[in-house]
Amino acid sequence: MKILKYGIGLVAAASLMTSCGNAGKDKSGADGALNKNNAEKVYVAPGEHDDYYAFISGGYSGNLLVYGLPSGRMFKEIPVFSQFPTNGYGYSEETTPMLNTSFGFIPWGDSHHPDISQTEGVLDGRWVFINENNTPRIARIDLETFETAEIIEVPNSAGNHSSSFVTENTEYVVAGTRFSVPVPQRDMSIKDYKGEFKGALTFIGVDQETGGMDIDFQLLMPGFNYDLSHPGRGKSHGWFFFTTYNTEEANSLLEVNASQNDKDFIAAVNWKVIEEYVKNGGGTMMPSEYAHNVYDHHTHTATSTMKKEVRTINPTEVPGAVYFLPTPKSPHGCDVSPDGEYIVGNGKLSTDLTVHSFTKMEEAIKNKKFDGEAYGIPILNFDDIHAGSVEKAGLGPLHTEFDDKGNAYTTFFISSEVVKWKLGTWEVVDRKPTYYSVGHLTIPGGNSRQPSGEYMFAMNKITKDRYLPVGPELEHSAQLYDISGEKMELILDFPTHGEPHYAAAIKADVIKDNSRQIYELDENTHKHAVKSENETRVERNGNEVHIYMSTIRSHFSPDNIEGIKVGDKVYFHVTNLEQDFDVPHGFAMIGQKTSELLIMPGQTRTSVWYPEKVGVWPFYCTDFCSALHQEMQGYIRVSPADSDIELSWSLGED
Amino acid sequence: MKLASTIMIIGSALLFGLFLFPLWHVELQAPQYPTGLGMHIHIDGIVGYTKHDINNIDGLNHYIGMKTLPTKDEMWEFTVFPIVVGGMAALGVIIGFFGFFKNSAYKWFMGWFVLMTVLGILGMIDFNAWMTDYGTNLDPNAILKMTDDAGNPLSYKPPLLGSKDILNFTADSFPSLGGVLLGIGMALTFISFFVGKKFNASKS
Repeated sequence: MKILKYGIGLVAAASLMTSCGNAGKDKSGADGALNKNNAEKVYVAPGEHDDYYAFISGGYSGNLLVYGLPSGRMFKEIPVFSQFPTNGYGYSEETTPMLNTSFGFIPWGDSHHPDISQTEGVLDGRWVFINENNTPRIARIDLETFETAEIIEVPNSAGNHSSSFVTENTEYVVAGTRFSVPVPQRDMSIKDYKGEFKGALTFIGVDQETGGMDIDFQLLMPGFNYDLSHPGRGKSHGWFFFTTYNTEEANSLLEVNASQNDKDFIAAVNWKVIEEYVKNGGGTMMPSEYAHNVYDHHTHTATSTMKKEVRTINPTEVPGAVYFLPTPKSPHGCDVSPDGEYIVGNGKLSTDLTVHSFTKMEEAIKNKKFDGEAYGIPILNFDDIHAGSVEKAGLGPLHTEFDDKGNAYTTFFISSEVVKWKLGTWEVVDRKPTYYSVGHLTIPGGNSRQPSGEYMFAMNKITKDRYLPVGPELEHSAQLYDISGEKMELILDFPTHGEPHYAAAIKADVIKDNSRQIYELDENTHKHAVKSENETRVERNGNEVHIYMSTIRSHFSPDNIEGIKVGDKVYFHVTNLEQDFDVPHGFAMIGQKTSELLIMPGQTRTSVWYPEKVGVWPFYCTDFCSALHQEMQGYIRVSPADSDIELSWSLGED
Repeated sequence: MKLASTIMIIGSALLFGLFLFPLWHVELQAPQYPTGLGMHIHIDGIVGYTKHDINNIDGLNHYIGMKTLPTKDEMWEFTVFPIVVGGMAALGVIIGFFGFFKNSAYKWFMGWFVLMTVLGILGMIDFNAWMTDYGTNLDPNAILKMTDDAGNPLSYKPPLLGSKDILNFTADSFPSLGGVLLGIGMALTFISFFVGKKFNASKS
């Protein structure tokens, strides 16, 4: 009861603070009179579920966060590209292969743009894809287990930024390089960049049954910076659009030298043409090295395979494959309207947004009306393809999303606001401040034919005073807006984790019933699994010791082990025999130079321990599993290396 | 008399429903089990609501020293009950058919009903005895040894019918579709006697 009372006290205090804040300064961005109404809009009563899942990039945490909308509550952090001591991802023997690359084991990544799989242009909730920027990789997260199922490295790429967006039937997940590099890599002078460096745009095929990824082809483009991308849809399905900057091909002081051209390009890639070319044997297999890591939910184990070649395509050898659309001022976001007609270039150094027309683009291509070429790639005439511009909309446009009523919403980093404008008339309808300096924004179904018209949230780069101060290093802030009316309304402010770049959101109903509760023990094919306590044992093979251990409320089997010696390499293969929802067990060994294991019901996890000190050393369960959790412990006797103590193990013997 | 016989046949045939649907169910609810754990009691064995419910109930019950739920082989009832129920259902149908040829068969309807009621009561006594043993014959080394206000060991016996709070659990025990069909069937056989009796009275 005490807790309940405190809880009510806290709620009361929180509402007091909110009202004080609103009276004091105008940072709520909402009308005072509407506050109660807004609180109701985001209130999800205890025990109730949110309407939407939001998969928010964890940025330099390397992970993916699962949030609920409209409450802004965080439900889970899914480890993807970084070691995660919370559950042992990237530490346990089963999961370390997930972080293998052609550079070896990499413990960290910079995750950026999640995108949900689609069927016929509609989010189907099978998988979420997300890119890693630093050591170029694409990951696939399974939405039955909400775990990373696969990671593929992208060769010939550096700064994997214009990624990981899917085509409207998830035919491809696409990864573009932000930094052009020598392809293949070689020792050369940086000053010889121009004309020598290449920008790889990678089309990764997706198996519709398993979700398995495999690089179909890599388009080796001129050495520009490929910043962001989006697929065509509907009438423009079959095309993919990439913004470029640094068409100057500068290799130093880019902030000045890459900002000289009045216009850069949006590269329009007709992937259907290239697909056909590849089917007919086109392209060149280039020796390369990249890791392909796959996690199996039956063996509960990841395997890493090193691939040795990749199919590269020279765009000039495929007629009709690539065109350049001149777009002002180093465009950042490249966004396509739900009907596939408009391609928005967010010229980040300008006050205007440039919108191209797909119909006009097709027409210009048909009439072969070109305005020169760059590295053999035809450049279309700006006036021929230009649909319109949203003029003087704000400062520093970055990204645009769309609603279901023909409106677009663009973030402006420098003027720190979201601007709502109308497709076709290009007039500004509304603007609302963000707190502060917004990067991406997300509307559920944003990259699809069917965006939702309920909510939009802005993910900011600067937090400053939004929350209680916590020293110099802050989490970022996000704001949720109700966009169901003519004017946007700020209804919630919530912190995010890492630096969220993009986020992908989807109606909860599409996926929530697919979420798994346990792993079936009888489907566990891990090679060191035990299916019952009768199978638990300890085996020695030279100085390698394998402990086949089980957990069930509330004991380990075995829990007394003797005969381990200094200098041994000890494997704990721990199987959680539970088959009940939300009964994980943990495993931690004193002095072990790795993380704990958190083992889900029916799962097997392995941890390696090098005993270095003679003595009797305890291990215990780290997850408060039951009323007798504190009793869930065991001892290992470690004897000197030359000891002749026999290996023995037991449970419940005196 | 045709009507009485038809009612008798339908009534006793409804007992065959016990081969398709469970007789009874016991459901356990607790804060940690918001959707509940439960078991369907069939005449030939106990089946969990989901694949793992029986194991999970056993897992929880080990704290208080209860035995694991019996498998089909561990209880003679699960072999005998199907024979008794099947036999009685078949017998009822046969007696019902006799009614088409012999007007006085309605008396046998009552005879069947009385026999089935006695068997039913015996079955309930047996079931209750098992539940008493299950809920009170506890492992002396149990992890949790709970006592009631009078200091006696707490009984974990689920109710025969109705709801009961046991520690953090609420146990609900109610008939399932098979049990309901059994009840309706027996009521019909009872009615068939009076329909038959009325028919014979109107004839004489």
